[in-house]
Amino acid sequence: MLLIHCPYCDETLPELEFAYAGEAHVDRPADPSALSDEEWRDFLFIRANPKGPHFERWRHVHGCARFFNAVRDTVSDRFLMTYKAGEPRPDISKLEEAQ
Amino acid sequence: MSQFRIPGKGRVDHAETVSFSFDGKRYEGLRGDTVASALLAHGVHLMGRSFKYHRPRGPVTADSAEPNALIGTSRGAGEKEGRFEPNTRATVQELRQGLVAESQNRLGSLSFDLGAVNDALHPLFPAGFYYKTFMWPRSFWDKLYEPVIRHAAGLGRAPSKVDPDSYASRYLHSDLLVVGAGPSGLMAALAAARAGVRVTLVDENPEMGGALLSDPGIEIEGRPAWDWLSGALAELNALGVRLMTRTTAIGYYHQNMIGLCEKLTDHLDEIPEGAPRERMWRVRATRVVLAQGALEKPLVFHGNDRPGVMLAGAAQSYLHRWGVRVGERAVIVTSHDSAWYAAFDLAEAGSKVVAIVDTRATPPEALVSEARARGIEVLAGHTVTGTKGRLRVASVTVNPVRGGTVGAARLLHCDCLLMSGGWTPSLHLFSHTKGSLQWDAESETFLPGRMTEECHIAGAGRGVWGYAEALADGAKAGADAATALGREAEAITPDVAHDRPGTGESHKELPTDRKSHRVRAFVDYQNDVTAKDLRLAVREGMRSIEHVKRYTTNGMATDQGKMSNMNGLMIAADAVGKPPPQVGLTTFRPPYTPTTFGAFAGYHRGATFEVTRATPIDGWAEENGAVYEPVSLWRRAWYFPIGGEDMEEAVARECRAMRASVGIFDASTLGKIEVMGPDAVEFMNRMYTNPWTKLAPGRCRYGVLLGEDGYIRDDGVIGRLSDDLFHVTTTTGGAARVLNMMEDYLQTEWPDLDVWLTSTTEQWATVALNGPRAREVLAPLVEGQDISAEAFPHMSVAECTVAGFKARLFRLSFTGELGFEINVPARHGRALWEALMEAGKPHGITPYGTETMHVLRAEKGFIIVGQDTDGTVTPQDAGLGWAIGKKKPDFVGKRGLARPDLVAEGRKQLVGLMTEDGAVKLEEGAQIVLDPEQPLPMKMVGHVTSSYHSATLGRSIAMALVEGGTERMGETVHVPMPDGVVRAKVTSTAFYDPDGDRLKL
Repeated sequence: MLLIHCPYCDETLPELEFAYAGEAHVDRPADPSALSDEEWRDFLFIRANPKGPHFERWRHVHGCARFFNAVRDTVSDRFLMTYKAGEPRPDISKLEEAQ
Repeated sequence: MSQFRIPGKGRVDHAETVSFSFDGKRYEGLRGDTVASALLAHGVHLMGRSFKYHRPRGPVTADSAEPNALIGTSRGAGEKEGRFEPNTRATVQELRQGLVAESQNRLGSLSFDLGAVNDALHPLFPAGFYYKTFMWPRSFWDKLYEPVIRHAAGLGRAPSKVDPDSYASRYLHSDLLVVGAGPSGLMAALAAARAGVRVTLVDENPEMGGALLSDPGIEIEGRPAWDWLSGALAELNALGVRLMTRTTAIGYYHQNMIGLCEKLTDHLDEIPEGAPRERMWRVRATRVVLAQGALEKPLVFHGNDRPGVMLAGAAQSYLHRWGVRVGERAVIVTSHDSAWYAAFDLAEAGSKVVAIVDTRATPPEALVSEARARGIEVLAGHTVTGTKGRLRVASVTVNPVRGGTVGAARLLHCDCLLMSGGWTPSLHLFSHTKGSLQWDAESETFLPGRMTEECHIAGAGRGVWGYAEALADGAKAGADAATALGREAEAITPDVAHDRPGTGESHKELPTDRKSHRVRAFVDYQNDVTAKDLRLAVREGMRSIEHVKRYTTNGMATDQGKMSNMNGLMIAADAVGKPPPQVGLTTFRPPYTPTTFGAFAGYHRGATFEVTRATPIDGWAEENGAVYEPVSLWRRAWYFPIGGEDMEEAVARECRAMRASVGIFDASTLGKIEVMGPDAVEFMNRMYTNPWTKLAPGRCRYGVLLGEDGYIRDDGVIGRLSDDLFHVTTTTGGAARVLNMMEDYLQTEWPDLDVWLTSTTEQWATVALNGPRAREVLAPLVEGQDISAEAFPHMSVAECTVAGFKARLFRLSFTGELGFEINVPARHGRALWEALMEAGKPHGITPYGTETMHVLRAEKGFIIVGQDTDGTVTPQDAGLGWAIGKKKPDFVGKRGLARPDLVAEGRKQLVGLMTEDGAVKLEEGAQIVLDPEQPLPMKMVGHVTSSYHSATLGRSIAMALVEGGTERMGETVHVPMPDGVVRAKVTSTAFYDPDGDRLKL
C-alpha cells in the first residue's frame, strides 16, 4: 500500500484514504463549443499514458476531500511529488535529478 | 521408542508423547515434532502421491519449501470438518494431540494407488499434454475431456463445511523489521536493538535460530550454538525486541510494507475459546533486513523422487532438531561441501553412511580425509544414474564420469539417499520489491542486485556462506540499518569455532548412461515436471523462460519454484544454448508460502463482509414482513407480502391499491446533495442540462446530468428552496459519484464559483406518498403550507411542518399519480411514517416496495438510470431531449452531444414494446431482431431494458433500446427466445395516462 502526501493536509497517509482521478493538467476548454470534433476527441479521450513520470490527479476522498496533483513514476509506482490543484506543472528533469 | 528416534536428542520434549493418526493408523510422536518428523521416526517415508503420475513420494525437505509431503489435516470429522485443511506441508504442521492427517491424490490406498497407471503411461503425458491432446473432436470436450480433467485437477480436497475459525488482522509500525531469525537475522536484530532501534524479528518456524538449530556443533563466542542462541534470544527480549515465531513474511509491498501471517492455534491441542486461528499483520517498517537464508537444491537424476531420497540439509535437520535418523544406510550424493557435514553427523548418530558420492572430481582434501577417517567410502567425480525400490529407495546406481564419459555402473544398497545440489539464496521477498537480480558467475546463482526499497539483505540470502561470515554479515546489516535510522551502531563480529564453510558447483541434470527416453529425472516434484519436459518445451519452440515455465508448469505449484526454479533454469539455458543470466529467472510473487483465505479475509466475512445501509424506516419494514433486495449497499424493502402472497401477487396488489387510493414508499435512499451559495444557480446551469436561472424558489424540476461525452450519468428532481439553495436528489446508487463529480468541477475547473456542496442523503428520511387520496391523507398533518392544487401545484417544494416535524415537502410524482415526497430529519423518519400510516388508515393506505415502484414508473415510461441507460445513451436517445437547455452557452456534456456519433442516424432509442400476447412478458436483456427468418448470426438491433407485468393495464409492458426506435412506432419487432420467437409492437413508453391527467388532481 502506497503512502501519499496530501498537500492540503500536509500529511503522508495510506493510499486507502485516496482515490485516483485521472491525468492532471487536462484543462476543460473555456468554450467547448468552439472546438473542432478532433480537438474535442483529444480532450475527451487522448491521454499521455507514459512509461515513467506521470502527472495525475488524486482526491483525498476519505480526508479533506480535496483534489490535488501528483507526479508518479508508472514504472516504480513511486510518488515523486504532490502539489495543490492549480499550481503549475513541475519540471520533470529536476525531479528526476533529485531522485 | 520408535526405531529411528535417538533418545534425548533434538529439541523435542522426549517426556511428552503426542498421539495422532495418519491414514487411519495411530502413531505416537513427541511434543515439538512435525507430522513429517514423527512419521520419519517410525520409518515412514511414504507420505503422498505425486500430482500427475501418482508416484509415491516422501518428504524431501524439513521446512516450508516441501513439495511432496502434502497432507490433509483436521481435528476430526462431523462438525469439526470445517477445520479440515488440504495441502498442509507435513514438514511444517506441528503435532497436536488427536491430529488427524490423511494422504492426498490417491485412488485407493497410499501404498496401492490406482492412479499410478498414469506413471506407467508417462510417455503419453509429455509437456504441453493438455494443449496437444484435448483438441479434437470438438464434441468430446463437454462430455468427456472436461469432466475427466476436472476430476483429475487440483491437489487435495476442499473442506465441505464452513470454516468455524475467526481470523484477526492488525497493523504494526516498526523502525526495523528483520525477516528470518537464523544467524544473520539474530545478529542484525541484536546490532540494531543494542543501538536503541525498535526492532521486530519474525520467523516462520515455531522457534528461532534457523540453521543453528540443525548445527549444534558450532561454537559462537566460546559457547555451544544452542547456548549462544538462548543467550541471544534472552538479550533480544530484554532489549524489548518484538519476537514473532510461526510468523511468515508472505509479501513485500511498496514503501516497506510487509504482510505477515502469524499462525496462532494450529499447533495447540485445544483451541482456546474465541482465539483467532491466524493473524494477518500489515507492517510498515522504516528499514527492513531480509535474512531469509538459502534453499538447498535437489540434484536432477533418474529416480530422484523416490521416498527416502531427500535433501542432505533436511536429513541434518531431522537429526538435530527432532532426534530422528532418516535411515539406517545412507548414500550421499552432492555437488556441495555442506552435504559432507550431514553425512558426518549421521554417521556419528549411528547410521551407516555407505558412500559419499561427489560430482566434483576433487572435493576439498580436508573433507575427504575426515570421511576416510570415519570409514566412509568417497566416490569423487561420480554421477547417479538411477534408484530402485517400490515405495522406498532400496539401492542407487552410481557411475564414474571421466572426461564427460559415464563409466561402469555400481550398485549401492541404502534406505535413504541424501542429495545436495548446492544452495540458492531465497530471493522471494526481494523479488516482490521488483529489485533486480544479479548473476554471480562464481557461485553460479542469482544474488540480489539493485534495491528499490529501504532494505538490507544479510547472510545466505545474498550468497554469504559459513556461520562466521553469516553472523558478521547480519551484524553489519543491523548496524547499517541502525545508522540509517540515525543511531550510532557497531557491528560486533562474534568468534566462531568448528565453523562449516563450504563451496560447491551447480548442475543441469546429472550425466547418465541411460537412454534418454528412459530417464525420469524430476525438476519440479509438485507438478511432476522432468528435465525431459523442459528440453521438449525448448525443442517445441519455447525460448523464453516464461514460456517454458507455463508450457511445462515448472515452478507453478504452491511451492512457488523454491525447489525447481534454479534447476529448471540451468536445464532450459542449456537447451536454449544461452548462459543462464541471459535466459533469466521467472518472477517470484506473493505469497511466499500458501496462505489461507481466512487470513486475507480477516474480519471481513459474513455480516461484517461489507456494511449494510438501512434507512430510518427499515425497522418498520422488517416488523411488517418486508422482503428485501440489495440496492448498492442499501437493503431496501422489495415488497410487502400479505398472507402467503408471492412477489407477483404482492406487487399487483400494491400497484392497484396505490392507483386506486394511496400508497406509501420509503424513498430515503435517494441521494441528496445541497448546493448552496451565491453562485449556486450558475453552478447548476453548468452541471445539469436544464436551465435553472428562471426556476423560481418553491419550484422543482427534473434534472439530467451528463458526462462530457454527452451520455446520461444521473438524474433526479431538484428543488430550489431559495435563490442560493438547491436541494438536489440523485439516484440511490449514484449519490457518491455525483457529489464526486460536482466537487471535481467545483474544485478544479471553476474554483472561482462561490458554492458549497453538502451530502445530506443520510440526514433526511424521505417518504413518498402517492395516489389520488394522497392529499387527503397528508393535508391534516401539514402546518405552514397550503397544499391544495392551486397553492401547491405539481413540481412545488416548500419548507413546512409535517406531523410536527420540520420538513422539506415536495410535490412530484414518480408514479403518474398525485404525489408528495416528505423529507424530515432522519431521526424522525419512522415517526413520520407511522403518523402517515395512521392518517391513511381510512383510505386503506398501502406500503409498497421497490418492485412496485419500478412497475409504476415503467407504466409511465420514467427511466431508471443504469437500467434503461447503460452509459451510451444520450438524453435524445432516452426521449429526454426536452430537458436540455438549448439556449445555455455551455453545460457539462453540451459539446459532447454534438459529436458526430451522437448526432448520427440510426442510434438506439428508448421505446415501448407491447407483446402481441399481453400474457407474455419479455425477458430483460433479451435481444431484438427485425427479421426472425434471417440466417444466423442475426443482426441484433437492440435489447429489452425493463419488462413487467402491469396489473393496472392487465398486460405486460416493456421498454427497449432499439436502433432508430422512434421511427419505428407501430412496427413489429421480434425477440427470439429459447422456446420461440416473441412478436412485439413498438410503442410510446407512456403506457398509462399519456396526457398526465391524473397529476392534475
